[in-house]
Amino acid sequence: MDLSDTPQEAEFRARLREWLGKALPSLPAKPSPDDWPGRRAYDLGWQRTLYDAGYGDVHWGADPAVRMIYLEETEKAGAPYVGANFVGLLHAGPTVAAEGTDEQRAHWLPPMLRGEEVWCQGFSEPDAGSDLAALRTRAWRDGDDYVVSGAKIWTSHAEVADWCELLVRTDPHAPKHRGITWLAMPMDAPGITVRPLRTLAGSNEFAEVFLDEVRVPVANRVGEENDGWRVTMVTLSFERGTAFVGEVVACRRVLAELAVAARENGRWDDPVLRRRLGRLNAEFRALWRLTQWNVSEASEGVPGVGGSVFKLRYSHARQELYEAAAEVLGEGGAALDLEQPWVLDRLSSLSYTIAAGTSQIQHSIVAERVLGLPKGR
Amino acid sequence: MRFQLTEDQWALRDGVRGLLAARFGRERLRAAMEGAGGAEVEPELDRGLWRELGSAGFFSLRLPEEAGGVGLGLPEAVLAFEEAGRVLLPGPLIATHLAAGVVPGAATGEAVVTVVDGGGVVEWLGAADVVRGDAAGAAPMRSVDPLTPLHRVAEPDSGDRTDVLLTSLLTAAEQLGTAARVCELAVQHARTREQFGRPIGAFQAVQHLCAGILVRVEVARAAVYAAAVTVDPADIAAARLLADEAAVRGARDCLQVHGGMGFTWEADVHLYLKRAWVRARRPGSITECEELLAAELLAEAP
Repeated sequence: MDLSDTPQEAEFRARLREWLGKALPSLPAKPSPDDWPGRRAYDLGWQRTLYDAGYGDVHWGADPAVRMIYLEETEKAGAPYVGANFVGLLHAGPTVAAEGTDEQRAHWLPPMLRGEEVWCQGFSEPDAGSDLAALRTRAWRDGDDYVVSGAKIWTSHAEVADWCELLVRTDPHAPKHRGITWLAMPMDAPGITVRPLRTLAGSNEFAEVFLDEVRVPVANRVGEENDGWRVTMVTLSFERGTAFVGEVVACRRVLAELAVAARENGRWDDPVLRRRLGRLNAEFRALWRLTQWNVSEASEGVPGVGGSVFKLRYSHARQELYEAAAEVLGEGGAALDLEQPWVLDRLSSLSYTIAAGTSQIQHSIVAERVLGLPKGR
Repeated sequence: MRFQLTEDQWALRDGVRGLLAARFGRERLRAAMEGAGGAEVEPELDRGLWRELGSAGFFSLRLPEEAGGVGLGLPEAVLAFEEAGRVLLPGPLIATHLAAGVVPGAATGEAVVTVVDGGGVVEWLGAADVVRGDAAGAAPMRSVDPLTPLHRVAEPDSGDRTDVLLTSLLTAAEQLGTAARVCELAVQHARTREQFGRPIGAFQAVQHLCAGILVRVEVARAAVYAAAVTVDPADIAAARLLADEAAVRGARDCLQVHGGMGFTWEADVHLYLKRAWVRARRPGSITECEELLAAELLAEAP
């Protein structure tokens, strides 16, 4: 068991740190959360900057330990989040890289890496919820095209995306995990309607996407027809691996800020609150160690079971963090004031136990796939 | 960074597990309880087993080879104590381990060493050859754990801070072992026990209890192993908090999964819970850890 960097890792960390120190001061101002064109430009610009410096493919080309260092150092330095490039760099990109043809790789991967195109994810559907395979969006073959009709929901960045990684049902008679196909759909195709959804935090974080006889070339299919579920599973686990590294680092920083704020407004004298913050320190330290454990395991090519375990605990801890933040803000209604720091984060954190598989689904995954309990109902 | 067990560490873990399986299986555990359970007389400590542990290097694990020890580090000690925690190995294991090289006979298992800990409590006072700290006026109590006799002392001994840290870390390791074991027991029971015509493990309510136990184990494991590597007081405090939680909550949930059977003396579940409670009150208690970790948040603040 070793927690220190290898010489190569140390070299990468030092070089990255030095580069961040030079690159970050010239960054443009951050756009407002509801300015989608602004966010698109900002996120693509940052990706281009990374690409030019040789860090463009760190999310899927690199060793997991190197990726972890990247996420850790960029978060510590306050660099932009992957943002609108999330689906492209962390999901569609790795999928195309692993399962696409040479032609498809040459067509889609370079623009992603250079920060020229944004991808969104057309997986979830209004009636499917946590049962991803229950999707009903249909696709028929018509010559060299698929004709797609249906609806997708919770689609982040749909308003500004160039491409959508889309799961469609191509065989309605096959068992539900079988007749599914993975398509790359151009978002400017006729028949696509994007309707933004307003979250409980008041922001337009994602959208509904309606598909009315949208034509997608058969050449845009990744993997075989009706093999889309397997193609998806190849990369879906990624979301639960290193994807949260930056967020754990961010939560540790917020926790330290809460302590300072509590000291300044006198709330620190409350032993109950103080001990609660201490407990959260233990929590996020452990989550960081669990991340390091999972990343080390992944580096050895072991199919880790840590993803669901981590996701369950982290999503809960993040909510507890912002509940504690409300306590730190104290009496007098500060925790009800949207202008105060952490109040919006408190609202946003509510999605964590729902998004990317609810905690209830994750508990069942752990019980059945990790502990080997019988299939439940 | 390679935060995984090395081959040597796996081998050590398997070796200790094998030794304990052969020498302290479930029958031995139940036999050790015979006559225990609230009697005035302390349960007996198995001196033969103690010496075997000594010759296997359990107590001298971290002593340098020049001093007759095994010359390994804290991570290895943590793995060994985790195994002890899995099987509820009785005796003042940590005190004797920490006395190796200091108290003659401790390293080899010839001497049984106990300590007056910061909480004003002594474990296994009657069986000990050597007591570190002032145990004057120690009064026996009816220990909740039938396999850990306890005495109360009037004046708590503040003790050596290094020992307090290491005691806390090794306690966390034992708790981790217990937590992992109760997870297995809960899962085993949930797979085999049938109700309403199917294994109870097929019911989500039971599944989620079991998954919760495992999540606490895995989070605690990462924290405990990391603390063994860094020996940082805040890491140790975090490890202790999470391992105490994993063991105590895990044993309680395991008992719940066992239903009415879990409430009987015959089922082993109560033994895991009671031992976890005994360990949880050792120095480095919840309040102490939480305060330390709170203070640490401000340590680097401007």
